[in-house]
Amino acid sequence: MAGTLTGRLMESLLKLNNCTIRFGGLTAVSCFSMAIAKGELVGLIGPNGAGKTTVFNMVTGVYRPTEGEVLLAGERLNGLKPYAITGKGIARTFQNIRLFGSLTVFDNVRAAFNLHLKHGPIHALTRGKAFLNEEGAIEKRTLELLKIFNLERFRKAMCKSLPYGDQRRLEIVRALATEPKLLLLDEPAAGMTPTEKSNLMKLIEFVRETFDISVLLVEHDMRVVMGICHRIYVLDYGVQIAEGPPSEIRSDPRVIEAYLGEA
Amino acid sequence: MSRSLLNLVFALVLCASISFFGENFIASNFAYYYDILISIGVNIILATSLNLVNGYTGQFSLGHAGFMAVGAYASASWSNHLDPIIFGIVNGSGNPVATNAAMFVSMLFAGAMAAIAGFAVGVPSLRLKGDYLAIVTLGFGEIIRVAILNLDFLGASRGLSVPGTYTNLFWTYGSVVLCIYVVLSLVHSTYGRGFLTVRDDEVAAEAMGINTTKYKVAAFVVAAFFAGVAGALYAHFKAFLTPEGFNFFRSVDVVVIVILGGMGSTIGVVFAAVLLTILPEALRGLAHTEFVPAAYQVLLENRLILYSLLLIILMLTRPQGLFGDGTAFKKWLGRSRAD
Repeated sequence: MAGTLTGRLMESLLKLNNCTIRFGGLTAVSCFSMAIAKGELVGLIGPNGAGKTTVFNMVTGVYRPTEGEVLLAGERLNGLKPYAITGKGIARTFQNIRLFGSLTVFDNVRAAFNLHLKHGPIHALTRGKAFLNEEGAIEKRTLELLKIFNLERFRKAMCKSLPYGDQRRLEIVRALATEPKLLLLDEPAAGMTPTEKSNLMKLIEFVRETFDISVLLVEHDMRVVMGICHRIYVLDYGVQIAEGPPSEIRSDPRVIEAYLGEA
Repeated sequence: MSRSLLNLVFALVLCASISFFGENFIASNFAYYYDILISIGVNIILATSLNLVNGYTGQFSLGHAGFMAVGAYASASWSNHLDPIIFGIVNGSGNPVATNAAMFVSMLFAGAMAAIAGFAVGVPSLRLKGDYLAIVTLGFGEIIRVAILNLDFLGASRGLSVPGTYTNLFWTYGSVVLCIYVVLSLVHSTYGRGFLTVRDDEVAAEAMGINTTKYKVAAFVVAAFFAGVAGALYAHFKAFLTPEGFNFFRSVDVVVIVILGGMGSTIGVVFAAVLLTILPEALRGLAHTEFVPAAYQVLLENRLILYSLLLIILMLTRPQGLFGDGTAFKKWLGRSRAD
């Protein structure tokens, strides 16, 4: 885990500087700053409508911050299209699973390798040796990834036929295929049973260590968030009300007030 | 050379030899069937190329006849003005080498012009989705038709004669083979999976680093190119073009083939193109035979009603198209490949 605050800022991978986003007259997120270090697992929580998903969409380029800047390893991401931001090394999963419904499990992951593809449409037509080699390499890596997550036995199945928990895992595998530096998980525990949640916590920890990436987790389930996050940011009505390790957040009076109302 | 490329070459050689040995025999002894054969080829090209846009990429284009018109008129003008100069073809007659070379060049020109039109229409309009895109492409088709109707050097409403009937079985079915090859090998690659992700979920595709606009434009340009080639084949077969041959209903005909064949199933679309080209003719043929009792003759005389009825029945019983997305067909063939 990163050491002091200054040390953390020095090596931060993702940085949000005073990001504000307004939709007409509504300020959804106001002056939000955040830093995620390399290899860190950060949680973002808050009551319904606090602006968590808006922050997510700001980082991934779906929305453009009205003010402030988003930096990945010092590079400004403001105004880049979502696909370009993924190209810079930020991958995400979705709150309601968004797999490619007509594709098999294998193809869902394979499609995500598109990002680092060397060949283009012309090579697909001429089918030269270099093209076939790259296709073979992608196939191999796809199967490796599926194997790590115990999904390779489903590789020929349609992704929609998978059990719910496996679909969520497949989404994570697909995101990892883009070779991200930072993985954003949008409510991965939603709709899961307690056992599945425990497995998910292990999985997230495993992914972070194996692939050496940072993770930003938006989650409602406190057991999951408190259980695995190194640091937590708390949002309420678009404003950051707390930041710190789980132990501090749990006893923070402002956080308790935001969730439970005034005592 | 890879296996798929070898197959392509083999298929092209097959088309060439059939054309070389059988062309004259079929054309002179079975003129009516020859005509249908060429129409089938043109429709297969139109439908498989549109399938890349409407089926694999999930966009809804209603302007395919527009691109076909661009190709047809481009190749006609090219042949009218440049063939006498380049290939020494006078009034459409020249030696076979010259006419075939002229056909090749005019087809390329037609495809290129249609592709340019596809790019010009695609870039601004592919920001739109669903019904809106359908309306814009429909509008484009009509603009092309009305523009031709008012351009004197394209014959306006009088129509445009095209010298020579260059189109033969080789050029038609060679283009069919090439079109199918291009669509299939594009789709069956890691690059090509991008088309399918755009259809399935654009937001997720963007999040996986896929530039969806680029894919949509690519699909549109490739489809327009082949529509242009189909236009050239049509022009040099009919030897006479009128703007009315490329109206809205021509576009709808192609869309119907794609939907009936199954969006995103090339084999299904090819099958549907054959079926829907033959069906109206077959119904015409049935109308005056003894096999059908007199009481039902009236039904066959109104064959277009019957044709529509058959379409409705097919759509009700097979809403996913004759072959669905092709997976059932692959299973039936007994091979399940990773792609």
